Amino acid sequence: MSDTSILTITGLRAKVADEDLDILMGVDLEIRPGQIHTIMGPNGSGKSTLAKVLAGHPDYEVTGGDVVFNGQSILDLEPNERALAGMFLAFQYPTEIPGVSIANFLRTALQARLEDGEEVDLFDFQEELLDRMKLLDMDPAFAERPVNDGFSGGEKKRNEILQMAVLRPTLALMDETDSGLDIDALQIVANGVNTLREENPDMTVLLITHYQRMLNYIKPDAVHVMVGGRIVRSGGPEVAIALEEQGYADWKEQDKDEGQEEEQQQQVVTA
Amino acid sequence: MPENELVEGLGLDEYQYGFIDDEAHVFRTRPGLSEEVVRQISKHKEEPEWMLEFRLKALKIYESKPMPTWGGDLSDLEATLDEIYFYVKPQDQMERSWDDVPSNIKNTFERLGIPEAEQKLLAGVGAQYESEMVYHSLKEEWASKGVIFDSIEDGLKNHPEIFREHFATVIPAADNKFAALNSAVWSGGSFVYVPKGVELETPLQAYFRVNQERMGQFERTMIIMEEGSQAHYIEGCTAPVYSTDSFHSGVIEIILKKDSRFRYTTIQNWSNNMYNLVTQRAVVNENATMEWLDGNLGSKLTMKYPSCYLVGEGAHGDIMSIAYASDGQHQDTGGKVVHVAPNTTSSITSKSISKGNGRSSYRGLCKVYEGANNARSNVECDALLINATARTDTYPYIEIEEKQATVGHEATVSRIGDTQLFYLMSRGLTKEEAMALIVRGFIEPIAKELPLEYAVELNRLIELEMEGSVG
Repeated sequence: MSDTSILTITGLRAKVADEDLDILMGVDLEIRPGQIHTIMGPNGSGKSTLAKVLAGHPDYEVTGGDVVFNGQSILDLEPNERALAGMFLAFQYPTEIPGVSIANFLRTALQARLEDGEEVDLFDFQEELLDRMKLLDMDPAFAERPVNDGFSGGEKKRNEILQMAVLRPTLALMDETDSGLDIDALQIVANGVNTLREENPDMTVLLITHYQRMLNYIKPDAVHVMVGGRIVRSGGPEVAIALEEQGYADWKEQDKDEGQEEEQQQQVVTA
Repeated sequence: MPENELVEGLGLDEYQYGFIDDEAHVFRTRPGLSEEVVRQISKHKEEPEWMLEFRLKALKIYESKPMPTWGGDLSDLEATLDEIYFYVKPQDQMERSWDDVPSNIKNTFERLGIPEAEQKLLAGVGAQYESEMVYHSLKEEWASKGVIFDSIEDGLKNHPEIFREHFATVIPAADNKFAALNSAVWSGGSFVYVPKGVELETPLQAYFRVNQERMGQFERTMIIMEEGSQAHYIEGCTAPVYSTDSFHSGVIEIILKKDSRFRYTTIQNWSNNMYNLVTQRAVVNENATMEWLDGNLGSKLTMKYPSCYLVGEGAHGDIMSIAYASDGQHQDTGGKVVHVAPNTTSSITSKSISKGNGRSSYRGLCKVYEGANNARSNVECDALLINATARTDTYPYIEIEEKQATVGHEATVSRIGDTQLFYLMSRGLTKEEAMALIVRGFIEPIAKELPLEYAVELNRLIELEMEGSVG
């Protein structure tokens, strides 16, 4: 399995649904099982959109290309079907679900993975949940709180990691999980990811981030730079270090030229 | 998938308990209402003269009062009332033992889970089938404590003094048009009397259903809590589906004497052709606590506002309600608290869910009379809209005559958003499962107050109703 890819993205194009606003302009990416890939890029480059499109967010419409996950094209699948196939999106802005405890939510999510007629055993689940929380060094009382309701930014991100730990995805998409976190919270999240990877080295991670600092804690196998809806450079950790020093300025110039081209094309279309 | 297609499969409008038994009634009045019908009801019940007079007087009041024009749309109701049977008597005698209950009626109860529930938790059952009590039991120990849990008819027969002393004192016939109608034709319901100082730990339960097309159900319940007593009464209703309009108009009177405590829990799940117009009110004396826990599902139109009249110093009233309005349904519900005495406190918590073109309205009154100093009241109403065509309104009436009073009101409206759905779906839940979870979370603050088996039943109902018909 390790010599075939777990995720292959070819020429992926996407726009905002109901609007003529193209965001992904042909993304190509290949990830092998167990690897950690990072996508970096300036604001508005489309890196967050890529994560959402992969998970099937209804705000975006795919206009071209393909995404093959575990040997299966997933673009026609509903978000829940992608989740059941082993994909997990750690949200940049996790949503509040008032009145629903984390434990109840996770039990429902595990139930969704069973055949009709099968039921999650409550005692087994409780044991599993406590076990996962212990692994992540979390207070068991945390699971009794309503999902993200009144959570601090750091608590929301920890909740994402807990869900990841319980649902055991084969591919974790982490959408700017580090944004808005202080250094302590960042370490907790990074430790969580590393712990899960130690436990299951086959877990693949696509880490989307604006800052290089996350890479001090999570070591990527590959770093990609995304600008203007395309991956413009790929390489090893040295790419991230170069970016830290030089910034995105060089790439932005290129982006601007392309943007003008796009504008002209759109005018032709509307005319 | 388009959202409108999805929500077709969502609401509680696809009635789960829509089954019909073969009828076995021994007597029923002619359709429609008249003095003759009222006399027949009273005669069949072998009532004392004063009750017949009360009924006839109430009929005149009913006829003299105009149809209410506020709240829900009642324009089709008068034609409906001409066609319904105001009294149906399914069998001659009260049944005391489960073995004696006729099998078709028993079959209905079994499908509603009554005997099982009784075994587990319920200490006494008064189950109303059509207009009479057919099955009734009460634990020995309660009887020995002097607790009365009977049909309203037996309450009148066997305890005439207590009955007459309290009957229609909380809700007089002239209170409103439908209270007058109920007063004229009432049949069935519970009579509960808890003596001084007696505390019931397990709830009293009446589970009844309407089971005849075009039959009006006019149950009348009277509960008397003596000083320092405590009890919890649970009433659940479920009615089968019919094509013609049906009508339910109950009256529930509760008297809480000094230091007593009482909770009345109702989950009503009417078929969606039902007019459900209920007057329910408690008079709460010194340092007594009344709690209404009211769930309204189904029906075509429900107008129901549980009330607490806080007449003794330090009296407390709590009203918690859940309403679910699906396509073609209007839930006009809320609560009334009336502060008459000093240091009285109250709270109203109302949660409504509207789906399709369903409409839920919160209608509430908080009144503080002069002299009710230091009265405190808080009202919170939250509405959840499942989609863009659903409707919710809020009609809070606040009347304060006392300077030293604190009244708070807070209202929120929210909609199930794509972002919430996507978040839950990205964890593996289908769209229906995601919606069900959001709805369950929304009603959780009230659902958690329900006895466990009712909370489970409510959750199960919501889940069931969200399954299926999604392409």
